[in-house]
Amino acid sequence: MRGRIGYIVALLALLSVPWVMGPYAVATVSKILVFAVLAMSVNLLTGVSGLPTLGQSAYFGVGAYAGALTAIHLTDLGPAQVVIAALAGAVAAALTGPVAVRARGVPFLMITLAIGEIAYSAAGRLDSVTHGTDGLSGIPPVVAAPGLAPTVNEGLVFYYVLAVFLVLFGAVALLLRSPFGLTLRGLRDNEARLKAVGYHTTAYALVGYVIAGAIAGAAGSLWASAQRFVAPGDLGFEVAALALLAVIVGGVGSMWGACLGAAVVIVARDYIGANLSGHGPLLLGVLFVAAVYLLPRGISGGLRQWRRPARKQEVAA
Amino acid sequence: MLDWFDTNLVSMVDGVAYGLLLFTLAVGLSLVFGMMDVLNLAHGSLYLVGAFAAYALSDGSWLGFALAIGVGMVAGIFGGGLLAAMTAPLSGRGHLDQAALTLGVSLIAAEVMVMIFGAEVVPTQPPDALAGSASILGHRYPVYRLVFIAVAGLLAVGVYVAFERSSLGALVRATVADRDMVRAMGVDTRLVLFGVFAFGAALAALGGALGAPILAPGPGVDENVLVLSLVVIVIGGLGSVKGALLGALVIGQVQTLGVALLPTYAPFLLFGAMLVVLAWRPQGLASLVTRS
Repeated sequence: MRGRIGYIVALLALLSVPWVMGPYAVATVSKILVFAVLAMSVNLLTGVSGLPTLGQSAYFGVGAYAGALTAIHLTDLGPAQVVIAALAGAVAAALTGPVAVRARGVPFLMITLAIGEIAYSAAGRLDSVTHGTDGLSGIPPVVAAPGLAPTVNEGLVFYYVLAVFLVLFGAVALLLRSPFGLTLRGLRDNEARLKAVGYHTTAYALVGYVIAGAIAGAAGSLWASAQRFVAPGDLGFEVAALALLAVIVGGVGSMWGACLGAAVVIVARDYIGANLSGHGPLLLGVLFVAAVYLLPRGISGGLRQWRRPARKQEVAA
Repeated sequence: MLDWFDTNLVSMVDGVAYGLLLFTLAVGLSLVFGMMDVLNLAHGSLYLVGAFAAYALSDGSWLGFALAIGVGMVAGIFGGGLLAAMTAPLSGRGHLDQAALTLGVSLIAAEVMVMIFGAEVVPTQPPDALAGSASILGHRYPVYRLVFIAVAGLLAVGVYVAFERSSLGALVRATVADRDMVRAMGVDTRLVLFGVFAFGAALAALGGALGAPILAPGPGVDENVLVLSLVVIVIGGLGSVKGALLGALVIGQVQTLGVALLPTYAPFLLFGAMLVVLAWRPQGLASLVTRS
């Protein structure tokens, strides 16, 4: 019950954002929502399936370029861009995933990190598709639904991003409750047992990887719509690191935690970091270190994680 | 065939130099991972520490060069010890936290180095005596790179012998294989871990000090060498010195000869190499030379 009230309050707060905040702040909240979708994708692998990843920025980038190219050459209809970008992310994940899902734990992290970096360098060099380091500009304003006018206003762009975010949040919540979602949890908790019962665990990991790739791709399309500019920096290491940080700050495994973590990370980098005269990465590093030592279970772990003696008693009893 | 060899000779020699440079990084990363399941994402920063030491201290004289190596290695050992001390309390908490911690440290280190040395890639001069170029089979080639290949090659052989043939190396290998058993025999494994961490860090910083004239220090270089050395140990096989050496030489060639031959596919070569090796030998190239 408390959870439901929390969701309603959060939704009302989000709906009121364009009415109470200035244009820059609204754009920042849009950015937070895009990052929250990316963080959910990272969390689906890292938190739910136990496959720590630093490579979702690759599929985010694929989605961003796919969404941007669709908008420029095909249609300015937003939902169509999101679907195409999600498909592109899924295809990219299906092509690269088989290498990654053979591994678990740290080797998985290494391989995904390599995938992310390779995607970054590819984006910088495939001039004919991505316009190289100049980036892809001239993305037309997104049309949220057939018949509507193109959304130029920050507030309307925000509502478009929010709508897609809510749909994806709901889809992920449903996925986690489905038998498939439970199998992914089983993959994290006890893969050997799952295998012994007859599950083809690597196939499940690959399907989870492809779904996470699709979510990251959808986030990329939102990014292209909100920024109306895509450059290789959008799929750089920093993006992957930010998304992982959001998941860790929010509490590994919790979806609302990941979204809240995304908010903390973006506010820290774009608001507080901007006031530190461009030393955002420094702040980010400090946040990482602090989160690891001070919030071992993230925000969603609540205050309980600091009462260690109580937990020990629990174990003893 | 001979023509082909002649055209690509420079790329291939470059590849050997690059590969040996990667080896100095990958071996420490691989051993630390093999022993304590820690992925040290700050390993690239250690290269940068050594390389910036070379940039700041080498003035073309031998003394400056030696000073750069000394300072770089001391800073590397210090950094490695610090990282080992920071990750030790997290040993029971899974690798994600350790990766996050070292990632944070690498971000802080990168920013601090930008504050000190600026946000530009700074070209670093080798000692004057080695600055010229020599002729190999009719090609002009920088002397410093040839010397680097010789020195780093000796270093690789030295590490290999120490690891495979000395009793200290046996202790390290045993700790990689079964830490609890080594502890049960009365060895303080924490000391072994600390030693390996510091040794790996010193080697990475040495690689930086020696490699600065080849791969100049600057922002982003830490990330770049980290990713390459991760690919090296994925290809070579985790926790193995032989694997790191084999993987480093392969990636060195992929990054130089491969890029020279197939420039359009350059971004995908690294991933392609990883794909091929993992499909063919999932345990890495080390499994080719290890009798089991």
